[in-house]
Amino acid sequence: MPHSLTLSGIDYAILIIYFGFVLGIGWALKRYMKGSTDFFLSGRSIPAWITGLAFLSANLGAQEVIGMAASGAKYGIMTSHFYWVGAIPAMVFLAIFMMPFYYGSKARSVPEYLKLRFDEKTRGFNAMSFAVMTVFSSGISLHALAKLFETLLGWDYNMCIAVSALIVLVYIFLGGLTSAIYNEVLQFFMIVLGFAPLVYLALKDIGGWTALKAKLVPVATSQGFAPGTWTQSWTHMASTSDNPMGVEWFGMVMGLGFVLSFGYWCTDFLVVQRAMAANSMSAARRTPLIAAIPKMLFPLLVILPGMIAIAMHYQSGNTFLPKAADGGPDYNMVIPTLLAHYLPAGLLGVGFTALMASFMSGMAGNVTAFNTVWTYDIYQSYIAKNKSDKHYLWMGRWATVFGIIVSIGCAYLASRFNNIMDMLQLVFGFVNAPLFATFLLGMFWRRATGHGAFWGLLGGTGGAAIFHGLASAAGNAPGIKGGWIAQKILFHSEMAQNFYMAIVAWVACFVLTILISLATTRTKTDAELTGLVYSLTPKPKSEHEPWFKQPVTVGILVLGVTVVMNVIFW
Amino acid sequence: MNFDLRLPLGLMFTLFGALLTGFGLISDPAIYKKSLGINVNLDWGLVLLGFGVLCLVFALRARKNGNSQTPPPAS
Repeated sequence: MPHSLTLSGIDYAILIIYFGFVLGIGWALKRYMKGSTDFFLSGRSIPAWITGLAFLSANLGAQEVIGMAASGAKYGIMTSHFYWVGAIPAMVFLAIFMMPFYYGSKARSVPEYLKLRFDEKTRGFNAMSFAVMTVFSSGISLHALAKLFETLLGWDYNMCIAVSALIVLVYIFLGGLTSAIYNEVLQFFMIVLGFAPLVYLALKDIGGWTALKAKLVPVATSQGFAPGTWTQSWTHMASTSDNPMGVEWFGMVMGLGFVLSFGYWCTDFLVVQRAMAANSMSAARRTPLIAAIPKMLFPLLVILPGMIAIAMHYQSGNTFLPKAADGGPDYNMVIPTLLAHYLPAGLLGVGFTALMASFMSGMAGNVTAFNTVWTYDIYQSYIAKNKSDKHYLWMGRWATVFGIIVSIGCAYLASRFNNIMDMLQLVFGFVNAPLFATFLLGMFWRRATGHGAFWGLLGGTGGAAIFHGLASAAGNAPGIKGGWIAQKILFHSEMAQNFYMAIVAWVACFVLTILISLATTRTKTDAELTGLVYSLTPKPKSEHEPWFKQPVTVGILVLGVTVVMNVIFW
Repeated sequence: MNFDLRLPLGLMFTLFGALLTGFGLISDPAIYKKSLGINVNLDWGLVLLGFGVLCLVFALRARKNGNSQTPPPAS
């Protein structure tokens, strides 16, 4: 079975044309970058369909395509919880409840919202931790890309890093956020149109859904699980030992669904920045909803291939997927293996380019979020106040260069975890999990104070770190994967460990913020909090718009369909 | 901003569609053993072509009407 790809002339032609367009868009946008608002916020002028697809695509990096297919193979349809329990409800919540404050407050970034709502130190803490996280994520994308193409095509690791970093650098340097957003839309269509025929062929080859279900039975039973474990998303979640994720329903719903997903989708500036670039409040609120509709169907595109690949792997006598270092199947090779197996020269170029594009836009999303937070929330706030707008535009461009150089450094740190997803969850656990508690209290409880928010956040992040130090997953030695203080709490899997760490961080932050807020006096008056807190802000009116443009109506519809999805695959 | 994304989007996919369709017509049928005997380059190339042309039509129509994505005034 060939595992490495061979690209032909036509595949290279497609790759080159694609990057020609990517760079061309950056070049064409250069003349619109007149001030810092154009560069960092796209001048708040992008229509909703574009910000919506970019919102989705910014997250469609390495962790999504490769990681979700890997999880589909490793855990089966339970991976859909990342979508139908995690992402979708969070995106609807963001659209209906949170977007009015982000967009309406005219904050230029998520940390800046924290400054307006709470105080300088809360913003500072969030800005610093976010800046670190984005370059780290960008580095992971870069590493994953270079590693993969080294394995697949024998391309040189360093060359892959240099070339992809350079392309991202050029188009963001030239066209800022707009360039990143437009390219994310291109990439969205590449992924959908490049992977759809792949999924179709793989599913047809295995004999359709019913045959796939039958062929996944031995995958489950040979690992000691009930026959339907790979094809039923909720049935096997009563206890941690019933499913390969090692998670039960409470850890899943609270840890992944409530804490991690809301933390990511509602407070991560990487995605929220796309909505902030929308051309009106209404467009900003529709952004996450427009993203939610394709997102609901993404399991078909990324999880299903993983399930098919693992079924093939068992059917073939463990030869379909290459072996990982531990002797088991290399789950991260699901997509590349399917690409090589089913796509002939020509379409292979489209699929391969889509894959490469997804890595690069994962990186670009982080870089644009980084340069904005760096310039507005760190540089302008602490290093060089009161400079001209031209100066900040200049800084943004150089922050892009700096961010990419640091990402390259981070790329080398990223090789210690075998599943990229678990690693990202861990980082989001430290930084993002407590953050959602801060926003929830900040937006819906006017009594929450700056001191409360700051110490709550710090306590939550600290709580996450301490919990991580005490908890470990079965089979892991103490160290970077947890248990470095003492192995006091044992989990079935790293995923369960991460979910519970997130829950602990969230609760710690929530409780601490409330207690400290009650013990300290408010520094912001009701008038200052108008537009920042729910009870003090006039509700946005959208009655005059047709039903499909009303966030609440669309939100309810999206949630309804999500419930149906959960029930179908129960 | 007077820049309609549908234009490059349409151009790119029209180009990809034309390339794949053309390649599908002239390529050796043996390479389609991989794709279960289906000439996916031809079939999917036509889909991409259709998508690309559709984007172009919308973009050009908007341009003719003189409202290439005129943003509503920011609230």
